[in-house]
Amino acid sequence: MKVNEPILRVENITKEFPGVKALNEISLQLEGGVATAIIGENGAGKSTLMKILSGVYNIYEGEIYYKNELVHFQNTTEAQQKGVAIIHQELNLIPNLTISENVFLGREPLTSLGIIDYPLMRKNTAKLLERMKLQVDPDTPIFKLKVGEQQLVEITKALSLNPEVIIMDEPTSAISENEVEVLFEIIKDLKAEGKAIVYISHKLDELFKITEKYVVLRDGKFIESGEINATTEDELIHKMVGREIIISRESFQCNKKECLLSVKNLSLKNLLVRDNYLLKEVNFELFKGEVLGLFGLMGAGRTELMEVLFGLYSSRISGEVYIKGQLHQIKSPRDAMDKGLALVPENRKEDGLVLGFNITKNTSLTVLDQVSSAGFLRKKKDNDLATKYMESLKIKASSPNQIVEKLSGGNQQKVVLAKWFATHPEILMLDEPTRGIDINAKNEIYKLVRKQSQNGLGVIFVSSELPEILAVCDRVLVMAEGRITANIEVTKETSENQILKAAIPKIIKNDNA
Amino acid sequence: MITLKKHLSYSAKFQSLIALFVLCLVLSLLSENFLTTANVWNILRQVSVNICLSVGMTLVVLTAGIDLSVGSILALCGAVSATLVSYGLELEIFNLFVGFGPLSAIMVGIAVGWCLGWFNGWTITRFKVPPFVATLAMLTIARGITMLWTGGFPINNLGKEFAYIGTGWFLGIPMPVWITAIVVIIAVILTKKTPFGRHIYAIGGNERAARLSGVNIYKVKMMVYAIAGALAAVGGIIVTSRLDSAQPNAGLTYELDAIAAVVIGGTSLSGGKGSVMGAVLGGIIIGVLNNGLVLLNVSPFWQQVVKGLVILLAVIIDKAKAREE
Repeated sequence: MKVNEPILRVENITKEFPGVKALNEISLQLEGGVATAIIGENGAGKSTLMKILSGVYNIYEGEIYYKNELVHFQNTTEAQQKGVAIIHQELNLIPNLTISENVFLGREPLTSLGIIDYPLMRKNTAKLLERMKLQVDPDTPIFKLKVGEQQLVEITKALSLNPEVIIMDEPTSAISENEVEVLFEIIKDLKAEGKAIVYISHKLDELFKITEKYVVLRDGKFIESGEINATTEDELIHKMVGREIIISRESFQCNKKECLLSVKNLSLKNLLVRDNYLLKEVNFELFKGEVLGLFGLMGAGRTELMEVLFGLYSSRISGEVYIKGQLHQIKSPRDAMDKGLALVPENRKEDGLVLGFNITKNTSLTVLDQVSSAGFLRKKKDNDLATKYMESLKIKASSPNQIVEKLSGGNQQKVVLAKWFATHPEILMLDEPTRGIDINAKNEIYKLVRKQSQNGLGVIFVSSELPEILAVCDRVLVMAEGRITANIEVTKETSENQILKAAIPKIIKNDNA
Repeated sequence: MITLKKHLSYSAKFQSLIALFVLCLVLSLLSENFLTTANVWNILRQVSVNICLSVGMTLVVLTAGIDLSVGSILALCGAVSATLVSYGLELEIFNLFVGFGPLSAIMVGIAVGWCLGWFNGWTITRFKVPPFVATLAMLTIARGITMLWTGGFPINNLGKEFAYIGTGWFLGIPMPVWITAIVVIIAVILTKKTPFGRHIYAIGGNERAARLSGVNIYKVKMMVYAIAGALAAVGGIIVTSRLDSAQPNAGLTYELDAIAAVVIGGTSLSGGKGSVMGAVLGGIIIGVLNNGLVLLNVSPFWQQVVKGLVILLAVIIDKAKAREE
């Protein structure tokens, strides 16, 4: 095959989710023998695009041409059979089956009697493993492998289909330096064979080592593409940022007198990888009346930090947490609530709401003692509480009896806010509070956050969107790989570049080796 | 009319109520013995034990759990109460004999049921044993202890006072019906009017969200299994008293009847949806069906087939309705 011939061509792909345009008229082409890096912040549309290319999403506008033939993959199997394979960030292996059983899952070679031809399966797997420089027996069950090895098995599985297009989504996030080297060797071989590679990684320095071309996405739109050697890391960062600013920054004033929360050397062990930490020696302070932004890319440890402070994983942590100068051990969410903390979690449907409950029942779930007397729930108090917050937070619903499952994302998020405002917290932790909601609801939430901080709350505002951090926060902490890498006072002059730069993880990890 | 129809079709309780009404109408036309006072009391007395178990089962199922051990706990607690009331307790090491009146014997029986249920809850929350497995183990353990305790023989002659609970009448209503009615009323208040009840529904609806809202999910679950155990003991005492005998084989497969009542009453086995009154109606439907088929001289083997079909039908209708929504 001639090198640099486009294998896959994407034209004007648009994908809409309710209320959000995840991809807007994206076009690009993937050439044989070339590795293309797809770059963008969280929510830029990278994953959505990859899911369309690999057949996970089959409803979209636009066209995909595979070797000049118009295709529309209905599912991943169809894409695989054509020659498009994807290696997901999360592992999709079955722990109790062996390597060879996993690699050939669903397409096991059969003997003439119709039973699985284990010798053949083993032989083929061994051949593939050899290529991956992975010295393990094909009969080893997956759960006995290290995470890095499992990642390589995942890649082996994708390659066993002999695909022409290989999509790798953050393949180095869980593997060691040596394994990264092996992976890069394999990618070089694949390129020499004329395969097209799509490489997604937050580690920009890797891209310069292994890819030839880049495509930048932002807010679902195509921004730029080009030769990677003709650009620099700083230029790439500059292209990734610059989302539309939604609200204008007012001048905030926060007098840092009273320290509400002080975290010292907080570490959280990773259960999956030995000697690895999800949080490593985190130190920070939160002051009364302050909105503290927390920025980081996917997997930086932001959510884990919030959950640790809210009393989850209490057996796996080390370090100290002071609340208003007093050392506290927070052992459960109840404990955290009693000490004045509140957490609006990242996934409102999984963690924030009981979807089958109505607005009233969700709102009062945190404060049932407030709406009961003599041990019995009082219907009127219960309803009054919900009605009060429906008015003050402008929750749009026909009545407090409406089941929250039927509400829009923005209104659901306001119900979560309501149930936490009802506890009258002193420290309010918001984990991606504006994810997946429309602009009006976002603006209302920004205003609420500012208002709460003026009332003396300390707010931690976790977000992947730099413009909103710059618009809402007094100060921003940046996290990368479980550490705090920057602490920046936000002023009108603070740039998105400055923050994003601190959030990009570096390849060199001496202390973890 | 349309709105009424819509309203009716959305309420699982109304659905069971209509089914019960139709069932009674058909049976009263087919058999003149069905709609007599004596027969109505008879049915209610017969279903009272199953309803006691079903109420406990409802609480457990609302948290997305299951309790297979209630039949065995029923037998053990019945046997414990019966032994205490007829023989007392001899503590040889202390050279001590403790005599029991009917009331104190009953209290001990219920306490034993509570403790066994609490043990279920403990293994489920502390060691993360799936409820199905934990209570399956208790099903065997409690039945085994019952056999050891009784040596496999029934305990008879429990005295007039003890027998009053299962066979007596108070203000023209049979005692078992009184007891069950009180249990049901308390359970309805508990589930609908207290924070504890709200917590039960929240855990079944979304356990993670409940926990992150500060609900002590371990405590609530332990309580729920303990209550189920205590109500199984209440059932055991009614059964023992009615027969004037504690049978080591009492309550065999009663857990399945309780689950059937819960399911027919519209409670979802995946938790969070359903009600105590639903289980009561479910229990009565099973009771009426059994009674009617006996009056019509239908073979008991057919009764089992019919009961199975009713369970299937109830769930199929529920699922079809869920899809419509």
